[in-house]
Amino acid sequence: MAHEHKLAIFQGLVKFKSNTQKIWGVLIFLTIVTGIEVVLGIYKPEMLMAKVLGMKLLNWIFIILTIVKAYYITWDFMHMRDETKALRRMVVWTAIFLILYLIFILLQEGGYIESVYTNGYVKKDF
Amino acid sequence: MDTTVANTGTEGKTWGGGNQPLKASYGKMMMWFFIVSDALTFSGFLAAYGFSRFKFIGSWPIADEVFTHIPFFHGNYPMIYVAFMTFVLIMSSVTMVLAVDAGHHMKKNKVIWYMFLTIIGGLIFVGSQAWEWGTFIKGDYGAVQTKGGNILQLVDNEGHRVALRDIAVDAHGERVAHERKNGLWFVEEPTLPAYTVDEVYNGLVANPNVLVRTQAINAEGEKTVLSREESLRQLKTNGKLVVEGANLHVNEYGTSLFADFFFFITGFHGFHVFSGVVINIIIFFNVILGTYERRGSYEMVEKVGLYWHFVDLVWVFVFTFFYLV
Repeated sequence: MAHEHKLAIFQGLVKFKSNTQKIWGVLIFLTIVTGIEVVLGIYKPEMLMAKVLGMKLLNWIFIILTIVKAYYITWDFMHMRDETKALRRMVVWTAIFLILYLIFILLQEGGYIESVYTNGYVKKDF
Repeated sequence: MDTTVANTGTEGKTWGGGNQPLKASYGKMMMWFFIVSDALTFSGFLAAYGFSRFKFIGSWPIADEVFTHIPFFHGNYPMIYVAFMTFVLIMSSVTMVLAVDAGHHMKKNKVIWYMFLTIIGGLIFVGSQAWEWGTFIKGDYGAVQTKGGNILQLVDNEGHRVALRDIAVDAHGERVAHERKNGLWFVEEPTLPAYTVDEVYNGLVANPNVLVRTQAINAEGEKTVLSREESLRQLKTNGKLVVEGANLHVNEYGTSLFADFFFFITGFHGFHVFSGVVINIIIFFNVILGTYERRGSYEMVEKVGLYWHFVDLVWVFVFTFFYLV
């Protein structure tokens, strides 16, 4: 049975000789990313507390690193890299589009309700 | 990937369903589409969590102060245990993908071995989550809930938390829990907290270095600590219920929504891990019995692997939004 695996990650920057090797390489990468997240989460550097687009820079870094991890889990562990382009797009873009919509709507409304609590005549601390 | 498990006699017949434009078998594609729908379920939950969090953005519990325990050690270790759990799950994902790879090369013994390790990893993860739940439910320092449902915690001068059990002073006239046998037979009452609000208040009066900390987050991103006078006044006038630990009604760490979402989302994810372990065990025995060897294809391992990786994928997001952000 011939199974084609694409063995390069990081846009071809790192190439592996076998699929097994690639798996271990991706594990090392994911572990490093998780390590960075944990260290940042424990120490919370002061310089990353600045607000960017309504959220702390640190939180943006966490979210971006999470998406990076999700990408490598899907692409290399779930072999999305080896699937046809059509299947990849069907699965990935459908999910991304719907999830973005869901997040937008709920966070927008959450922020609105918070503003009613804060600025309106609603007593919540008693 | 080229594997079809069974031949249906429609190969190559375009309108008979024989061609495969996506070059993936029916089973694998259905697993992918199930994963898409399950991903939407989970993102619905996480977005709802985000909604509630933005709604209470000024008073949401700080995760680093909630999940600080690791088994067998005392002290304050935020993040360490959950990082360990994340690593276990990623590791079991790796053994799973190694099993899939060994399956492609038709190496039965390797598949068995890697599947076994995956199952062990899954069990460690579920066990860790059970422990985490137990610690969260049991609680730590205790707190007093106000009439408005807010949480008042106690801290000393340096900002270290003070447990209610360390300061509560016995006040006479204790209320006895109502039981069916000594009151209304059709009314039940849950166990009363170990202390009353009056006892906590007496303790606060007796310990001049203890202050009340509210839920509100100040400009430095920390919980607001009240002055001594304000502490006494707040506890006296607004304190209503002593809370220890967390459940679906009350939560000593802050707003009860936090506990509700924690139980719901990590519970739903834990259930996925559990069912993943069960499915893995079934496949494991099938591999041992040689089912896939006879079938000439280990694609079933690949399909269950997809599910297992998905569970890992969800955890990566749960980890970020519950523990990091």
